[in-house]
Amino acid sequence: MREMTFVEATREALAAAMEIDPTIFVMGEGIGVRGGNFMTTLGLYEKFGPERLRDTPISERGFVGLCTGAAMAGARPVVDFMFVDFILDAMGELINQMAKVQYMTSGRLKLPMILRGAIGIGNSAATHHSGSYYPTFVNVPGFRVVVPSTPHDAKGLFATALEGDDPVFFLEHKALLYSKGPVPEEHYTIPFGQARIAQAGRDVTVVALSVMVKKTLEAAEALAAEGLSVEVIDPRTLAPLDMPAILQSVHKTGRLLIVDEWFGPCGIGAEIAAQVMDQAFDDLDAPVRRLNGAHTPTPYSPPLEAALIPNVAAIAQAIRDLAAE
Amino acid sequence: MTADLGKAELLDLYRGMLVIRRTEEQLAKSHQAGLIPGPCHTYVGQEAVATGVCANLRPDDVVFSTHRGHGHALAKGVSPRELIAELFGRVTGVSRGRGGSMHLFSPEVGLMGTSGIVGPCILQAAGAAYTFQLLKSDRVSVAFFGDGAVSNGAFHEGLNMAAIWQLPVLFVCENNMYATEVPFAYAARNTDVASRGAAYGMTAVSVDGNDVRAVYAAAQAAVQQARAGGGPTLLECRTYRTRSHAEGMRDAGYRTREEVEAWKARDPLPGLRENVIAEGTATAGDFEAIDAEVKALVEEAAAFAQASAWPDPATAQRYVFSERGGAAHA
Repeated sequence: MREMTFVEATREALAAAMEIDPTIFVMGEGIGVRGGNFMTTLGLYEKFGPERLRDTPISERGFVGLCTGAAMAGARPVVDFMFVDFILDAMGELINQMAKVQYMTSGRLKLPMILRGAIGIGNSAATHHSGSYYPTFVNVPGFRVVVPSTPHDAKGLFATALEGDDPVFFLEHKALLYSKGPVPEEHYTIPFGQARIAQAGRDVTVVALSVMVKKTLEAAEALAAEGLSVEVIDPRTLAPLDMPAILQSVHKTGRLLIVDEWFGPCGIGAEIAAQVMDQAFDDLDAPVRRLNGAHTPTPYSPPLEAALIPNVAAIAQAIRDLAAE
Repeated sequence: MTADLGKAELLDLYRGMLVIRRTEEQLAKSHQAGLIPGPCHTYVGQEAVATGVCANLRPDDVVFSTHRGHGHALAKGVSPRELIAELFGRVTGVSRGRGGSMHLFSPEVGLMGTSGIVGPCILQAAGAAYTFQLLKSDRVSVAFFGDGAVSNGAFHEGLNMAAIWQLPVLFVCENNMYATEVPFAYAARNTDVASRGAAYGMTAVSVDGNDVRAVYAAAQAAVQQARAGGGPTLLECRTYRTRSHAEGMRDAGYRTREEVEAWKARDPLPGLRENVIAEGTATAGDFEAIDAEVKALVEEAAAFAQASAWPDPATAQRYVFSERGGAAHA
């Protein structure tokens, strides 16, 4: 199969959908002529013109609120935030307005919309360009939250988001944007709420999010040489979350570690752990463990930045420790 | 600015204002009687604005409004039955009992929503206008908001984007001089709302918001401009809320009795009625017939609301997400 980057894969899904559906438009800073800071819309302006590739002033709250109204009136906006950190200026529009429209109208209005932005720590981007924030969005009823980890999944999940009727956060880790992988040429969708078993194993279950899938697979490879068999689950979407897949794996291994670059407190790992405790307590042979990025703002200097993030060695050690419990 | 309006149109404007007035009075009474479990913000005194603007709209045009939105809902085509039932929390309400006074939704008649948060309606109205422009439609979008919203960031961002993209939208500021109890003169050094239009390169007009004919004429020009692709208008309507901010709240300490009485003397309903009779366009009998019809309409609506069923608690968790279904959206 041909290989392409993560960004190329989502761009292909976007371009194909825009070709078919004239109500889809993209709004954001530098997504028109410039083609997007991360090349998310490269070449689309020439094809679809300024109304459908709409460059904005630096008005995050404004264009999120505007796109909410546009969706209520029948369009399918794609808001391209560049960095998801920038979305924080629009929290009221997101949580008070967008997330509640379908509920408050008893489904008489739809809110089909994609909110995409780069997440994650790396390259000394420092504290205003390194956020992920997904637990905050998962906490709000009304949002779908997608965190793909491969170009294949990115294309399929983006296509699903474009065809649905709900507001979807599509959060792409910066360290993955230019990574390559096999991507089918044809159109396909990947259902939300369906985890991918990135690697099957017997001894320990690791649920890894976003870029941590890749790092965990590297750690698992090293551990295989030590005779440890690790099952790696990529949930792909956090809302909805595929708990049945996680529970099934824990039933087999009896041990669960959640690896997440973002914060631990009230995070995705805490939610998964609580649900596993609730529904599969008797399956557990050891406490559920979490490995998270440090609960601090993100510093600039490379050694400071690296000190916050779970690396391959730390993941491998956490798995070894859990297997020994 | 005046509009050339005939008898039927003038009586329609009067009737529109009266439906709002009588419904609000009914709601105030019902609130005192304990029939409204939540808050109730009435529109009494400001009826000329919603009525004069919405009389220029088609059913497929859309309105976004604020916490004081009963009048906009009624003027856009929501029935008194649906409004009163909503405030009573009944399943027959315009939002099926999910919203109350501040969250009125009737997309079927183009009422896209009122909001408990000041500001978002400005952005959403611009957004609906964006869709109309994108789809090459001649529909227009309207945001109603108060003077309190003018100092909110949404006003700046929304007006700026509407102007640079020349969106078919009306921004109707109902300057009633107070944000709850904070005078606009305190919240803004420049209390001339229409003067802000120049900052965005936008057409801006200020009218007497208690003169329904003046509002109608200004809105007519703005709607025509928007439909023709001429871009947005900021329409300031200077008006006054003659009841308290919300029912059951005190209404003292921030404005004088004299000020309230002076504005009551400029009540838009007798204002129109007396002028039209004096001009000889319609008779006192014409107005009396409307009075009787609207009185019966609102009384029946209140009875309907009170007799309506409560929503089924089993539905309280429905519609958080689209129910279009399919495995893709499990």
